[in-house]
Amino acid sequence: MRRFLAGLAAVVAALIGTTQPAAACAGLIGPNGAVNLLRTSTFAGYHDGVEHYVTAFKFAGGSGQFGSLIPLPGIPSSVEKGGDWTLQRLIRETTPVPVGIFRSAGAPLTADAQVILQVRIDALDITVLKGGGAEVGRWATEHGFRLPPAAPEVLDFYAARSPIFLAAIFDADAAKARGQQIGDGTPVHVTIPTANPWVPLRILALGKTGDDRIDADVYLLTDQRPALLPYPLANGMRLDHSAPATVSLLTDLRSDKGMDWIPQSGWLTKIAIAASASQLTYDLAVDAKGASPSRVAAGLEAPASSSPTPSKSSTDTVALIGIALAALGALVLLRRSQTVSA
Amino acid sequence: MILRTLVALALAASAAGACAPANAALPTQIGIRIHYSRFEPTKIEVPMGVPVTFTLVNDDPIEHEWLIGDESFHARHRTGTEAVHGDRPNEVSLPPFATKTTTLTFDKPGALTFICHFPQHEAYGMVGGVMVRP
Repeated sequence: MRRFLAGLAAVVAALIGTTQPAAACAGLIGPNGAVNLLRTSTFAGYHDGVEHYVTAFKFAGGSGQFGSLIPLPGIPSSVEKGGDWTLQRLIRETTPVPVGIFRSAGAPLTADAQVILQVRIDALDITVLKGGGAEVGRWATEHGFRLPPAAPEVLDFYAARSPIFLAAIFDADAAKARGQQIGDGTPVHVTIPTANPWVPLRILALGKTGDDRIDADVYLLTDQRPALLPYPLANGMRLDHSAPATVSLLTDLRSDKGMDWIPQSGWLTKIAIAASASQLTYDLAVDAKGASPSRVAAGLEAPASSSPTPSKSSTDTVALIGIALAALGALVLLRRSQTVSA
Repeated sequence: MILRTLVALALAASAAGACAPANAALPTQIGIRIHYSRFEPTKIEVPMGVPVTFTLVNDDPIEHEWLIGDESFHARHRTGTEAVHGDRPNEVSLPPFATKTTTLTFDKPGALTFICHFPQHEAYGMVGGVMVRP
């Protein structure tokens, strides 16, 4: 039912940095409920129809394997180690605020989700998956992720918009062996051709309940001032910075590894998330040309029923009627059987 | 997925119609679906003193459990360490997308609850109630 909605995806973007302790980070659950991996600052830059998503996974101690699931707006053309100072430089530019999800045990690859790409970056094993919420959830479960109870609904929520997910599994033992210290981050740069940036925010509430706090920063770099939905004024969103990017920032970012795509001019937006988990039921839709962001991408509307493959819905309806008839048939048979034996 | 659930629940429902005692409106075959980490339905009435069969359908890609009992039973399980249940009919582990049946005979009238005691699942709302009627 959800597969035919796949092409509607908008795009991805950025998350961020929380001031929360490791144990309170969004949805990232390790053995015994402990969280050992933080997703720290994230940056979403958009230029020439390509999303550049840079985030860092910070080692917070512990052992074993831990991971994170991130919904993406499309299939990445590359996933590579990020530059050394992009995230720090952005934080310094806007006055910072600091950032992350599941556990893995390494099961065999048997799920129905399609593995599109796999790459190892330092102590991180990254897998890009294509599939519906059920397929991706099963893949995660079979690979030892202990998903929180909201995961089935949240994965469906995202899969209806884009069936692409990035699973990052952090091997804490390998990190120790590499000499990584607590607090060390591993930057990852994901390049995604897409029509417009999109920032998944609801996923930050995964694993949290009710009044649990979520604090995060979203950095956007677009060619011009973007239009945002929801506009960050309420529901736990705040617009902290919106101005032309300074030449010094752009020059510094461009000089980092893999960042030569940074344009000569651009618009820098910083959005702070300071919300309760129950507030964070939306994503951030962006129109990079300043026009009209998608309500579907923002999670404010379900993807339209006028999808490209409405026939699938009809097929399901027919199948449901068939099942109802079959159940009715079974009932009749059982009643008949009772009558006969009476 | 929807079809599988409907088949299981429809068969449970049809069997209920066939097997319900002639003198009782309360079903002895009950289907419970788990979807998005919630039980459907959450309120059930059952007759006392006769076997009641539950068909449990986990539609989620994550593991759940269905444990039914009184408050002291649940207090024990909230702090329990059993990773998997299966030896007792009132304690059922449900792997992702699994369907299981279990049969119980309730010997006392009153209210019981069924809960999934995996971390965070009860707080998320995986709670239902069973009223045993004499």
